[in-house]
Amino acid sequence: MTILNDIIQGILLGGLFALFACGLSLMFGVMDVINLAHGDVAVAGVYLAVVLIPASHIPALWIFVLVVPAFMIGGYLVQRYLLQPSLDSGAITTLLVTFGLSIVLENVLLEVFTANSYSLNVGSLVSSSWQVSSQISVPYLDLVILGVAIVVLVALQLFLVRTRTGRLVRAVADDREAAELVGANYRHLFAVAAALAFGTVAFAGLALGAYTQVSPTAGPTYLLYGFEAVVIGGLGSLWGTLAGGLVLGVATTLGSQVDPNLGSMLPHLVFLFVLAVRPRGFFPKRAVT
Amino acid sequence: MSALLEVSDLSVHHGQLEAVRSVDLTVTAGEIVAMIGANGAGKSTLLRTIAGLHTPSRGTIHFDGRDVTGLPVHARVAAGIALVPEGRHMFGSLSVEDNLIAGAYSRRRGPWTVDKVVELFPWIGERRRQQAWQLSGGEQQAVAIGRALMSNPRLLLLDELSLGLSPIALGRIYAVLPELVSAGLGVLLVEQDVAQALSVAARVHCLLEGRQRLSGRPSELSMSEIEAAYFGTGRAAASVGEAQ
Amino acid sequence: MSDLALRPERVAAEPVFVVSRSRRPASWAGVLGIVLVVLLAVMPYVVYQSLTSTLVNFFILVTIATMWNALAGYAGLVSVGQQAYIGVGAYAVLIAAQHGIEPFVAIFIAVGVSVVLAYPVSFLVLRLAGAYFAVATWVLAVVAYLLVLRYPSLGGGTGAPLPGLGNIGATLLGAYTYWAALAVAVLAIVAVYLLLRSRLGLVLTAVRDNEVGARSIGSRVTGAKRMVYMLAAGGCAGAGAMIAISQLNVQPGNVFNVQWTAYMIFAVLIGGLGTIEGPIVGSIVFIVLQQTLAQYNAWYLIILGAVAMAIAIWARRGLWGTLVSKVPIHLFPVGYYVHAEPGVTERRGLARLLFGPARRAKRHPTAPTPSGPTPSGR
Repeated sequence: MTILNDIIQGILLGGLFALFACGLSLMFGVMDVINLAHGDVAVAGVYLAVVLIPASHIPALWIFVLVVPAFMIGGYLVQRYLLQPSLDSGAITTLLVTFGLSIVLENVLLEVFTANSYSLNVGSLVSSSWQVSSQISVPYLDLVILGVAIVVLVALQLFLVRTRTGRLVRAVADDREAAELVGANYRHLFAVAAALAFGTVAFAGLALGAYTQVSPTAGPTYLLYGFEAVVIGGLGSLWGTLAGGLVLGVATTLGSQVDPNLGSMLPHLVFLFVLAVRPRGFFPKRAVT
Repeated sequence: MSALLEVSDLSVHHGQLEAVRSVDLTVTAGEIVAMIGANGAGKSTLLRTIAGLHTPSRGTIHFDGRDVTGLPVHARVAAGIALVPEGRHMFGSLSVEDNLIAGAYSRRRGPWTVDKVVELFPWIGERRRQQAWQLSGGEQQAVAIGRALMSNPRLLLLDELSLGLSPIALGRIYAVLPELVSAGLGVLLVEQDVAQALSVAARVHCLLEGRQRLSGRPSELSMSEIEAAYFGTGRAAASVGEAQ
Repeated sequence: MSDLALRPERVAAEPVFVVSRSRRPASWAGVLGIVLVVLLAVMPYVVYQSLTSTLVNFFILVTIATMWNALAGYAGLVSVGQQAYIGVGAYAVLIAAQHGIEPFVAIFIAVGVSVVLAYPVSFLVLRLAGAYFAVATWVLAVVAYLLVLRYPSLGGGTGAPLPGLGNIGATLLGAYTYWAALAVAVLAIVAVYLLLRSRLGLVLTAVRDNEVGARSIGSRVTGAKRMVYMLAAGGCAGAGAMIAISQLNVQPGNVFNVQWTAYMIFAVLIGGLGTIEGPIVGSIVFIVLQQTLAQYNAWYLIILGAVAMAIAIWARRGLWGTLVSKVPIHLFPVGYYVHAEPGVTERRGLARLLFGPARRAKRHPTAPTPSGPTPSGR
C-alpha cells in the first residue's frame, strides 16, 4: 500500500512540475525559444512574494493576485526588449542570452537576499491532510497545488482556443509570415506568449514556495524538471506536458523511497532514457493546441 | 480616377541580386491587373514588397494617396492591403473556421464574414470544423483567399493562384474574381499561366529578369509581343505552349 | 608556415598569387607567444604568490573558455554542462591521489578518463540540436554531481581534502601549481589551434558556415563534432584537475557548479566567439573585473553577465572580433589568404623558418578570408 501512497504523492508533485513545464512548452512551441532562466524566474516570484506579503498585508495564499500580473508584464517586456533582439540575431544567441539571464538573476537574488532559503506560509493548508485510509493520506496543500496546475492549464488552453489573441498566438506558431499577413505584429504575439509563460511560472514559483524552502540557487533544478516534462510529454501539447510532469513526480517519490539522492536522480535518468530512445519525445513537434 | 495603388521606380535586392528593377505600376479600384513572367522574373518579390514582406532598395509605394513604403506588414493590412501568399500558408493546426476568423484579426470594418466567405466558396462549408492541413490544395487556396478577404481589403494581391491546382479548382477560383472586383476591390495578380491571366485582367505587365518589358491591355497585345517579352527576344513558338 | 605558391614561372615584377596560412603579423605572433609563455613561466621567481594564484585562476579560465569556444564557436554546440567534465577531472585527481598517485601526474589521468567517458556520452548528446543539446548536457552534469554524492569515500556533499601534496613546501607547491596551470592552458590553446588547422578544422569551418552544405559535400560532420566534444571534455577535466590541486580539496557543489559554464560563456562572448584569441581576451577582462570588484561579492559576475548578453545581441563579434574587423590581424592563422605578390623573393635560413619562404616587397591591403578555406591548398 505504501507504493500506492507514493504514486499518489508523485502525481500530486507532478502537478507542480507541469506548472513549471507549461510555460516552457508554450514559448518553445510559439517562438522556438527555451528560456534557460525559466526556473530562476519562478524563484524570483517567491522572493517578490516574500517582499510583498508584509508590505501589502495580503495573505500568502492570495499573493498571486499581485505577483502573477507583475510577472506577466515583466515577461512581455523581457521578450520585447531582450529576447526579441536576440532572436533577430540568431537561435544560439537567444539560448546564450537566456542562460546569461539565469546566472544574473540568480546572483542578484543571492546578493539581495543572501543564500538563505524562504518559504511562503500558507497557513493551515500545510499541516492538515486528508486521511483516505490507514496507509494513504493526502496533504491538502498537495491537492491544492495539483488543482491550481489543472486550473492554470485549462485557463491557458481556453485562452489559446477561444480568444482572438490566443488564436493568433497559435497561428503565429504555425506560420509567422501568414500571421503577419492577417495583420498581426508577431513581435507582440511572441511577447504575449512570453507573458503567459512568465505568468504560469510565477504560479509555479508560488506553489513551490508554499511546498518547500526555496533558495536563490534552486532555479536550474526546476528548469530541468520542467524541460524534462516537456520532452517526455511531447512538445506543444499541454496535456502531454501534464502527463510528463506526472511521470517525473512519480519517479521522484518512488526514487525517494530508496534514498533521497535517488529521488533527485531518477527523474533525470528517466529523461535521459527517453532522450536516448526518442530524442524528440513521444510526440512529434506540432503547434500549441 | 485616382489610383488605389501606385508603385514608382521600385527596386528590390536579395543580397547582391537585384530581383526587381525600377518597376512602375498602378492599380485602380475595381480593376484586375496581372503581372506575368517566367519563373524568377521577380513577380512574387514585387508582390511581397507591396505587402511589406521585403524592403525596397529604391522607389516608393503609395496606397490610396498615402506613402506606405516604410510601413510594416501589419500596418499595411490595417490600411487595406491583403496578400494571398504563394503556397497558401495555412495555419495548419487551426480549423478552417479559425483560419478565417484569424483573417479578421486586423478588425477592419467591412462586409466580409465567415458565412459570406462560405457563400463565395460553398465547397469549403462542410469542412469548417476540419483542421486546415487536412484540406486539398484547391480547398486551401479558397481558404487562403477567404482569409485575406476577412480583413476587408481594398487591394487584394494574389500570388501564383494556379500553382499546384487542378484545372477545375482553378476555374472555380478564377470565376469568383469578377464578382469581387465589381464590389470595388482592386486586384493585382501574379501568374505564370499567361492565358488565365489574360482572360481576367484589364491590364497586363510582363516582367523579365526584374524589368518591365511590356505593359498594356490584353486586347492590344499580340501573342508574339507577349512571347518576346516573356522570354526576352523572340524564341521558338513551341515554347509558348510550354509556358501555358 | 606551409606556404603554397601558385606560380607558373618565376617572372620578375609579374603579380604572383600566394595562398598562405598566415601573414606576417602571425609569424611575429608565434615568436611573441613563445616569449610571452617564457615570461609567464618565470613569474613565480619574480612576483608575490598572491599574483601567481590569481594567474592560476586566469589560466584555468583561459582553458575552459578555450574549450567552450571550440564547442560553440567552431562546432556549433552550445553546452551548458561542461562542469560535468570539470567535476570528473577534479574527482579523478582526488581518487588517484587517494590511491597514492602524485596529483600532478594524475592530471594526465584526469584528462584521459574524461576523454574516454566523453566518447560514449557523445553518442547520446550529439544526436540533439540547439536547446536539446544544451539542456541534456546540463542534466548530465547534475546526474554526475548526484552520483558523486553517493560515495562516502569521496566525502559526499562536503567533499574531501586532496592528499599527497603535504610534503611539498607552500612556496614550491605554489610554483608547481602555477606551472601546471600554465601548461594546461597553453596545451589547450595549442590543441584547439592544431585541430582547427587539421582537415577536421576545414570540416568544422564548413559546418559553422553552413551545416547542410557541409553535409552535402560529404564532410564527416558528426565525426568532427565528436572530436571537438571529446577535446573539450579533456580540456575541462584538465582545468578541473587544476581546481582540485590549487584549492587542495574537492567539493562537489563547487566543481559541478553551473557557474563554471557561466564563466566560460561570459569570457568567450566578451572576447569574441569563434576566434582563438577571443577567449584569452575575454578571460583577461573577466579576471581584471573580478579583481577590481573583489569587495563587492558577486556583482562582478552580474556585470559580466549583463555585458556578455549585450555583446551577444548587439556586438556579436566580441572585443577581439571587433578589433580584427578594424585591423586585420590574426595571431592564430587558421584561415587561408590569397594575395597577389609582386616581386617575391625567396627567404633562406632562419628567416625562412620563421616567416615562410616568400618575401614580399610590401604588405597588401588584402581582405582576410578566414571563412573561405581552399581545400586544394592541402
